[in-house]
Amino acid sequence: MSFPWAKHYEPSHPFMKWVDSRLPLPRLVYNSIGAGYPVPKNINYWWNFGVLSGFALVVQIITGIVLAMHYSANTLVAFDSVEHIMRNVNGGWMMRYLHANGASFFFIVVYIHIFRGLYYGSYKPPREVVWMLGLVVFLLMMATAFMGYVLPWGQMSFWGATVITNLFSAIPVVGNTIVSWLLGGFAVDNAALNRFFSLHYLLPFIIAGVVILKIWSLHIPGSSNPTGIEVKGPEDTIPFHPYFTAKDGFGLCVYLLLFFGVAFFLPNALGHADNYIPANPLSTPSHIVPEWYFWPFYAILRAFTVDFLFIPAKLWGVLAMFSAILLLFFLPWLDRSPVRSSNYRPTMKWLFVLLIVDVIILGWCGGAPAEEPYVRISQIASAYYFLHFLVLMPLVSVIERPLPLPNSITEAVLKGKDRDGAPIGMAQATNATISATPAE
Amino acid sequence: MLGRLISYAIGGVFVLTLLVAAFAPREAVVEDPNHALHKYPMKISWAQDGVFGTFDRAQLQRGFQVYKEVCAACHGLERIAFRNLVDIGFSEPEVKAIAKAYEVASIDDKTGEASTRPAVASDYFPSPYPNEVAARAANNNALPPDLSLITKARQGGKDYLHSLLVGYGQPPAGHEVPEGLYYNPYFANINIAMPPPLASAGQVTYAEGQPEPTIDQMSRDVSAFLDWAAEPKAETRKRTGVAVMIFLLILTGLSYLAYRRVWAELKSRGAH
Repeated sequence: MSFPWAKHYEPSHPFMKWVDSRLPLPRLVYNSIGAGYPVPKNINYWWNFGVLSGFALVVQIITGIVLAMHYSANTLVAFDSVEHIMRNVNGGWMMRYLHANGASFFFIVVYIHIFRGLYYGSYKPPREVVWMLGLVVFLLMMATAFMGYVLPWGQMSFWGATVITNLFSAIPVVGNTIVSWLLGGFAVDNAALNRFFSLHYLLPFIIAGVVILKIWSLHIPGSSNPTGIEVKGPEDTIPFHPYFTAKDGFGLCVYLLLFFGVAFFLPNALGHADNYIPANPLSTPSHIVPEWYFWPFYAILRAFTVDFLFIPAKLWGVLAMFSAILLLFFLPWLDRSPVRSSNYRPTMKWLFVLLIVDVIILGWCGGAPAEEPYVRISQIASAYYFLHFLVLMPLVSVIERPLPLPNSITEAVLKGKDRDGAPIGMAQATNATISATPAE
Repeated sequence: MLGRLISYAIGGVFVLTLLVAAFAPREAVVEDPNHALHKYPMKISWAQDGVFGTFDRAQLQRGFQVYKEVCAACHGLERIAFRNLVDIGFSEPEVKAIAKAYEVASIDDKTGEASTRPAVASDYFPSPYPNEVAARAANNNALPPDLSLITKARQGGKDYLHSLLVGYGQPPAGHEVPEGLYYNPYFANINIAMPPPLASAGQVTYAEGQPEPTIDQMSRDVSAFLDWAAEPKAETRKRTGVAVMIFLLILTGLSYLAYRRVWAELKSRGAH
């Protein structure tokens, strides 16, 4: 894997030589995220979010393991055990707030990462599998976050779980059987809480496994870049370490400033007040909403309000909500344009902006009560969501006339410099690895 | 080509279904007349507000007094132990004395019969009713919620709580308040089962040198106290947060310099 000019791991210390000849783990790290991984030199800050997602996963696993030492997955004491963590466990409040807000920040960075992939066409050949593994991670994250939100056993935990698991009852014939099987009973109760805890603990490690597969498949073609054209030679790349470890390190610090700023000073801003009321199966909250990161999909679910074509509204909603995510698996084939980066796609660029606006509107409607005007707005916005991916994207990719592409990453970089009036400095480029001459 | 047609077809079906739903006529919505009467909480400024705000210990102690003498008749505070009161400025002997005045459930160590004993500092505040049925029976079928988490469990937190406590009043003409309920526009349902708990100034006698116990003052004090009770670790959290942010700001500055330093060589060669 990787490019032929990638640096080779050459341990100098006798101990590292000894290790490398027996278990080449240092070599693996060196080739994966060290100096042995050549990266396009023009990638911008939007390429920081993959590393940030990985970091967010690690934070969730560490804080989660500590919380699990003090949490009790039983409906009688679950809520109390969370308050025990908040009040009596040393540093427990910190672990819980970092874990709860860490989930939100995990989704923030993953959403940015996904939209970066959409804008720069990172899902296109040869990176389809990288994209699809990313979507698998996203689906696993959603399942994990949903089950994690049930664990504190507050009102929103209970009623959110009730609403979401009831979706499966929309499946014809076997729906109700599936719901009982999922819950281990006829309603969300102790059996459900126990299995959700078990799975909530398991899934992050499966996510970590899929992330390893994703990095593996990414290293075959290497990282994409803002021009969307492939690396053509050594002059287009620089080693991941030290250049991107340094850059991502700075990005990570900025991320931590925002994350800790919220976790320490606005720890409940992203949550719902009702979840500080213990779960009560006899008292339904006035409006049930999931966590903010599910709002766009929740809006699509609720947008289907009429029975149509002999399919009940509820089943339409469930089909549409799952389709909204699953259709992303088909993007490599829906988008036929040979040009990856929307920088060179005048129409797609604007459709991308509209999509972001559309998803934000969907999120806003998903968090609002199911009444007018939100329902009608979410219906129009949901329609546009499907229009974007299933009609406009395939259509535009065929009829759009992309702008001329640069010949190489290096040419694009130098041209950019030229436009800014900065010195090109070609004469100084003595080192062969960063020669300004295109490889062709 | 076939793939594209399938994609158009699926997209078309979803879009069509949604447009049918969007243009379907809506049932006329019956405006809830209470909706227009509902008020959002007043914005109140508190000693504990902001990044550097800390609880006013004297206010928390006054608030505890209001809770003990007024609210505790119907509302529990089951997540607060007497020992926690050290955090709001009581000394350990004072805490022991406060605890001693309460009877908590126990068992007779000779016979095993249910009995009671005076509370000690490690006990939690006993709830006023033995169970929910008893609580409802005593309160016209309404359940007085436990107050340990009340400012976190309500939108608007302590602002809401204060607004609710001082928000009772005469209903506007045309608004019928059902038997046994009271008019309070800050409450979501407008008609609340809780009778005005703070009815007159001087209901609680504050110690020498403390502010006048007006309804507004008592309400602010007990709201501040319950805000502390909802998260006793809030001050520690903010203090830790400030240290974390200072550390991170320095680290961010250093990591930026390190990044510039590492990339300087590349940039000077003009290759980037």
